[in-house]
This record gives sequence, C-alpha cells and structure tokens, in this order.
Amino acid sequence: MINRILATATTEIHIARRNRWVLIAVVLMVIFSLVLSAAGSAPTGALGSDRLSVVVASLTSLSVYLVPLVALLMSFDAVAGEVERGTLPLLLTYPVARWEVLAGKMIAHMAILMIAITAGYGAAAVVTIAADPAAITGLAALWRLTWTSFLLGGTFLGIGYALSSLAGRVSGAAGLAIGLWLGMVVLYDLGLLAAVVADDGGTFTTRIFPYTLLANPADAFRLFNLTASQATGATAGVGGAANSIPQWQSLVSIAAWPLVSLGVAALSFRKVQP
Amino acid sequence: MTSTLTISQLTKVFGGVKALSGVSLSVCAGERVALLGHNGAGKSTLMKAVLGLIKPDSGEIAVCGAAPGTEQAREHVAYLPENAAFHPALSGLEQITHYMRLRNEDTSGAMALLDRVGLGHAAKRRIGTYSKGMRQRVGLAQALIGHPKLLVLDEPTSGLDPVSRRDFYELLDDLAADGAAILLSSHALTEVEARTDQLLILSGGTMAAMGTLSDLRREAALPVSMQITALNGYENDILSALPEAIRVNDVLQLSCSQDEKLETLSRIASLQGKLADVDIIPPSLEDIYSHFSRRDGQ
Repeated sequence: MINRILATATTEIHIARRNRWVLIAVVLMVIFSLVLSAAGSAPTGALGSDRLSVVVASLTSLSVYLVPLVALLMSFDAVAGEVERGTLPLLLTYPVARWEVLAGKMIAHMAILMIAITAGYGAAAVVTIAADPAAITGLAALWRLTWTSFLLGGTFLGIGYALSSLAGRVSGAAGLAIGLWLGMVVLYDLGLLAAVVADDGGTFTTRIFPYTLLANPADAFRLFNLTASQATGATAGVGGAANSIPQWQSLVSIAAWPLVSLGVAALSFRKVQP
Repeated sequence: MTSTLTISQLTKVFGGVKALSGVSLSVCAGERVALLGHNGAGKSTLMKAVLGLIKPDSGEIAVCGAAPGTEQAREHVAYLPENAAFHPALSGLEQITHYMRLRNEDTSGAMALLDRVGLGHAAKRRIGTYSKGMRQRVGLAQALIGHPKLLVLDEPTSGLDPVSRRDFYELLDDLAADGAAILLSSHALTEVEARTDQLLILSGGTMAAMGTLSDLRREAALPVSMQITALNGYENDILSALPEAIRVNDVLQLSCSQDEKLETLSRIASLQGKLADVDIIPPSLEDIYSHFSRRDGQ
C-alpha cells in the first residue's frame, strides 16, 4: 500500500517538475512575500509589535489568496487530466485502490506547496530579521502562519481533486476551480461585508456572521492568524471581526477542512466512470 | 486445461442499446484467443467488463477464480488499451518504473523490459516525443510486467509496422508457452489467423462464430472459385464441357460449393489436353470474416 502511494507521489513529482509547477509555485510565493515584507515593514512601532509580526499580518492577507490559488492550479488536472488523456482506465486495472492514487498525488502536491510556502515565508523572514534583529520575536507568529498555510493548501488541494473528479474534462475543471477560488476567497467576503452593512448591527451580524466566517476555510485561516498574532489592528475589514470569535473555533475549522475536502475528493473520485 | 477466464451469458446495455447480449466464452492457460468484430461489435465493452472497468447488467465473469475488478483479479490481469496513452511529460523509463512499483515488482528490470519491446534507445526520452507505434510499445511493455496470468489486449498491433507486428506475435507465443492466457482483439482476420488458437467473431453484441480457423471455414461453407486458362483455340470446347463457367477477361471462372469441389476438379482434369493452367481460389479469410460478422445485425 505504502509502496503504491509513494510510487504515485514520485511520478507526480516528476510531472510537476517537468511542467515547471515547482518553479512557478516557489517563484510566485517568494516574489510576493518579498514585496510584502518590503512594503509591510513600514508601520512599525506605532502598533507596539515587532516588525516580523507586522509582516506576518500582511503575509496572512496575501496567503489567503495565493495559497488556495496555487493549490487549485496544481490539483484541477489530477483526475480530469487522467480521464482526458485516456490514462485512467489502464491505471485502474492495476492493483491500486483509487484512494491510494489520490493519496499519492496529494503527497506530491502537498510537498511542492510546502516547499513554496516555506521558501516564500523564509525569504520574508530573512529580509525582515536582517533589517531589524529584534524582529526575531515574531518567529512564533510566522511558524503559526506556516503550518496553517499548509492546512489551507491541503484543503484546497482536496477541493481541486473533488472538482476535477466531478468535471470530467480539464477545461471544465479549470473553470470550476477559478470560479470556486473567486467565490470562496474574494466574493464571499464581499457578500458578507455587504450583508453586515445592510444588517446594521442586527441578528445577522451578531449571531450568523461569525459562523459564516468559520464555515469558509480561507476566512477561518485569516481569523486564526489575526487573533493569534497581536497585529489585528494592522488589518481592516473582515479581519476586525477576529476579536469576537474564540481562537479555538477557527482552529477547529482550519484543522477539519482538509479532512472534509479530502474525504469529498475521495468520494467523488470513486464515482468517476473510467 | 484450467480456464483462466470464464464468461457466461454476459449482457450489457448502454442506453437501451444492447452492446453485448448473452456472450459466453472461456480462455484457458496458454491459449491465445482472438476476438474479431467491426467497430461497435462489442469487443472493447467485453474487455472492459473482464477488467472490471464496467459492470455488466447480467451474466457471470470469473478471472482466475475471482470477480473482475477485485484486487485479486487485478493482480493477475494485464491490459493494453486500444490507444495506449501516457503522461507526455514522463519518460518511457519513468512510466514503466511507476507501473512496476504499482505491481510491487523490482524496478531494476525496467530497462530490460523496454529493451524487450525495442524501446531501449528511447527509454529516457519523454513519451510526448514518441510516435504512435512507440507509445503502443510502452503499452505492451507495461502489459508484460509481473508475469500476468491473463493478458487483455485491445487491438494491440494498431500503429505497429509489419515487422513489429511479427515481433509482437512472437512475444505472444512466448507468453502463451509460459502459460499465460491471452485475449486479444483485432479488425483483421488475416493478421491473427496463424497466430491464435481460437477465433471468436462478435457481431452486434452477440457471438456470431467461435472456433479454430478450419472450424470457421467448414461452418461458413463458402463456395470455392476456380480459374481456368484455356490453350489457344480450346476455349469453346471447355465452355461446352463446363457450362457453369463464365468468361472474365481472358480466363474462365467457375465456382462451386465445398462438397462439389472434388467432382468439379475431376471434370476439369478430364480436359487436361486443352488447359494451359488451373487455379483454385479458396474463400479468403476476409470472405469468411464478413460472412460471420454480417450474419446478424448488418
């Protein structure tokens, strides 16, 4: 079992390397992290926190968009690509379970994502600490951001596999992935913001709104990191709600989401007719 | 002989159309069975049912004593799909290594396997740069991994040149000699006739004929045709002695049923002094094939 999963993972790494996915993901994360650490380290002192914690707050806002995007880009082809190339029927005649195939792909994609995230955040940390050695106190916040980013990436990999299984065609899967990304990380917040404004402090804002934030893995990720770091004030908008939701709730959400999305992915892959 | 693959009364319906109805067959260890039929005759459907990729509506399939698609069955079955496709970014060697690991085989034999199908020189090139014939060879190489007990080969020689085809059938002979059961499909009877032990002709989802080539020849009972070339001036004599003959270009042609063959030949032989040449043309393999594959449906 382990051998078959690792065989799939090795092959997927070969493919991702050839297709430049490793390079693209790493370069994307490093460039954006460096730009943010250069721009984000300006308002120090006034907030009473170290430079790195402020950078972490900026990186959180960036990762909410970028990590799901990279994860979806790597995963949308996983099943639909096999179907469209015609490689799936042959693969399924091998003594390998479908979940093992998915697990192998997941390990490979997760490894690439972890390398890219670590490279990006690492570059930001190096630059920030080099400019101000006192910023080293912010490493705890950076570590928190790192492992939660892994979980966020895992969630969206699972979502990508599920979409890929449901779409059946690569083009359809790509469309669904971009649509879902736009919906979950961009439009969702805008919609909530509009609802909060319209509600003007009513039951929606006080009762339902916190749960809608927890229900979305991207929002739960942002909430958790902003509550945990002392830099809540450095961000505005939905982040302001962070104070009203206990930290354990957002932690449960970000920890549960990868399991849920991978479970859904495994179920949808089982339904694919070769 | 023990039967490696047994199918009885297999029926599969796709959206109201019967792709297979009541098909039964068996393939024993060491036996090479060719499945013939037009496009849409049900060959691929039958193979996919054997592999467990599709569920039949009724009927029984046993692969090495197990239900198709179970892990036990998949461990013993190798498949070569009709158009073998692989990820274009992988090299032939990486792809074969991957498949060997999925079968828990020692991957050090990967290069030898590629050499065996004549791909050793291109092993480290990406499959994306391969020709169709080369991809087919990768497909063949993966079907040889781990000494399968049953090989299911869907039009294995499509895209191969005549020399490669011969090599391919030699490979099959070796596999069958080692005790593997082989079920392969083809469009062309001419190609598989001398290379298989049994022929099955599917037509419109039903089994139209089954047996060795001579069985089929006998069953079809197609007329034999004869071509007679007369010596100069004797043509009319021959035509009056053999009234059923007709003149086509410069030769006289006649055809007779298998039963009348010897009698007709002796009548021709009695005209010996007037004949330049006689050719006997048995029904061609294509004639036999069309006879069976048109009997139902078309």
